Amino acid sequence: MERLYESQKLALWYFWTAIILFGAQLLFGLLAAIQFINPDFLYGTLNFMTNRMLHINAMVVWLLMGFIAGIYWFLPLETGREVVGIKLGKLAYFAFVGAVAVVVLVYLLKQYGSGDFFTMWFITEGREYIEAPRWADIGIVAVALIVAFNVVGTAVAARRLTGILGVLMVDLAFLFGLYLAGMFFTPNISVDQFWWWWVVHLWVEATWEVLVGVLMGWLLMHLLGTPRKIIEAWLYVEVMLVFGTGILGLGHHYYWIGTPEYWLGIGGFFSSLEPLPLVAMVIHAVYDAGVHKLKTVNRPALFWAFAQAFGNLFGAGVWGFMHTLPQINLFSHGTQLAAAHGHLAFFGAYVSANLALFYFALGKTRVKEGYILNGTPWKIAYVGLIIGMFGMTAALTVAGFAQTMIERATLGSTWEAFMQAQMHPWMEEAFRWRLFFGVMFFLSYIILLYDLLTAGRRVEALREAEVAG
Amino acid sequence: MGIGWLEVVVATLLISLVISLVLARGRHWLEPGFWKVAAVITSSVMAITLVLLTFHTVQAISMGSKRVPGPEVINKEIGYVYNADRRAMEPIVGKEVGLFGKVWSPKEAEELITKGKLVIQSRNCMDCHTLLGNGAYYAPDLTKAWLDPKWEKQIMPMVGANSREEAMKVWLMNPDKYPTWVRRMPNLRLTEEEARAVVAYLKWMSAIDTNGFPANFPEVQVSKQ
Repeated sequence: MERLYESQKLALWYFWTAIILFGAQLLFGLLAAIQFINPDFLYGTLNFMTNRMLHINAMVVWLLMGFIAGIYWFLPLETGREVVGIKLGKLAYFAFVGAVAVVVLVYLLKQYGSGDFFTMWFITEGREYIEAPRWADIGIVAVALIVAFNVVGTAVAARRLTGILGVLMVDLAFLFGLYLAGMFFTPNISVDQFWWWWVVHLWVEATWEVLVGVLMGWLLMHLLGTPRKIIEAWLYVEVMLVFGTGILGLGHHYYWIGTPEYWLGIGGFFSSLEPLPLVAMVIHAVYDAGVHKLKTVNRPALFWAFAQAFGNLFGAGVWGFMHTLPQINLFSHGTQLAAAHGHLAFFGAYVSANLALFYFALGKTRVKEGYILNGTPWKIAYVGLIIGMFGMTAALTVAGFAQTMIERATLGSTWEAFMQAQMHPWMEEAFRWRLFFGVMFFLSYIILLYDLLTAGRRVEALREAEVAG
Repeated sequence: MGIGWLEVVVATLLISLVISLVLARGRHWLEPGFWKVAAVITSSVMAITLVLLTFHTVQAISMGSKRVPGPEVINKEIGYVYNADRRAMEPIVGKEVGLFGKVWSPKEAEELITKGKLVIQSRNCMDCHTLLGNGAYYAPDLTKAWLDPKWEKQIMPMVGANSREEAMKVWLMNPDKYPTWVRRMPNLRLTEEEARAVVAYLKWMSAIDTNGFPANFPEVQVSKQ
């Protein structure tokens, strides 16, 4: 076992908090999935809107925490020194966790407020994905700035600026800057949605992708010993492709919110190129693993890195491409097809990445040098989570197809058309399948949690028992 | 419109390619440095293009523009008809009819719309409904909710109102009392003032030109002026 930097200990705190919030995300997702089948379930007590808000907000927060953990884990290794503002970093961690706890309590106990600015500041902003009240928004920016300060400060103190660090710094600047685009109120919903997508799309389809590229690059370097030169060349290719297609690919969200018609063409063109960097990432991962003949002491980390590459390609790439062209999107926009794409994309691109990082960190903290982290539970969790997610995605894809055809293409997008489509057997059945695979996903999460808690310790106990005879 | 999408696409790609190649000349294409230049230039070109287009778009979608009408449109009749030239549905505005029995001054209308948006956010509408196609998929899309035939066909007789706006207001205040389906909207304790603001907001939103979304929505004509 290696001696840990303080920064890496902080990373572990973030990892554990993230994995607990992951569980919360799944719990509220399950409640929402049940409400699709039985709308009376918790009606009036914990309404769909609250479950759904907690489901997506928990996801955003735990993924961000996982990324911050990844940064704090690799930063001292990259710079060869302790992170400069480690005390500040720890303070930010407690502020972050405390803020999340308060926001969740308010979401659960208060749920909604009256139509005034008090609600915007202290209860919810009611804007999908960025529902957090304004005070928490400011807190998130402060926490983010501390992370950025630590990255820049540590690199300066170590007098070391690698290509990876350079990309990370630029990316963090955009990540935090963009969040500010979501922190104002306007009565004009077209303007609201225009800037809202700067946070939601430019975060998820540009800066998050690059951030994950950085973290996966570090992971491959440390896991497989891939040379820095190859990692950095690929990272630049990925940045070129992700920003090159993703920035104007933003246009595919500007088709129907009141914006001028040129966005149909610009958005359609660039977003159809968006899968390109994802293909590049798969080639990168497969190539490196092949060159190193899959030899690593940490198989779960490697397998989750694989799941990341392929999941990103299928979820973000293929499922995104399915309805990214305006001619199709006119009918599929705002249907279960978007939900199918969202589920697989977030799982593939970000959940898998965080799990790979988590297992990598565990391998360094739990297991003695050279020992292989290779029990059985992680394999069950791995297969269960992947089948669960693909099952949910398949069910939602069928539902989305039916909704697109019945509500949009045939009956004309009215209130009545919506209900007719939702009551169609193809949709009702699909919602049941989604719940079934959702339960499978949740059970796999429990196994994953068990494995994360006991991996290394468990295997070691076994080995010690063997040695003792 | 003045801005063609194809020109933007071709120009950004060409400029990225040419500047990248010029600045990276002399470097081997397998070197990280070659791709570093390409990454910096491509990202910059795309970001600058986005910023330029943003100036144009934000102006084109400001309140009172051709695409996004001003709040006083709530006083007018609003329709949704097929435009053969654009091959898309588009909103049209008819004669003055008022809302809730009065004609709202521009200032009053703006205050009402602002209140409506605050109510919509405070009640978290987007975590069940979709607005302009964005949000959750548990409840119907509200993009053209004001024009929805269901208000007149079912809700007006159900709540005993004699105008669309009154029916919407009463329904919004008591959605649990007037269920339309197994998935019922919960009672979110809207005051009468809040409900009125939401109705005005939905009417205003239905007048936004959304490039033909949602397609196939039943046409709504306005009376001749």
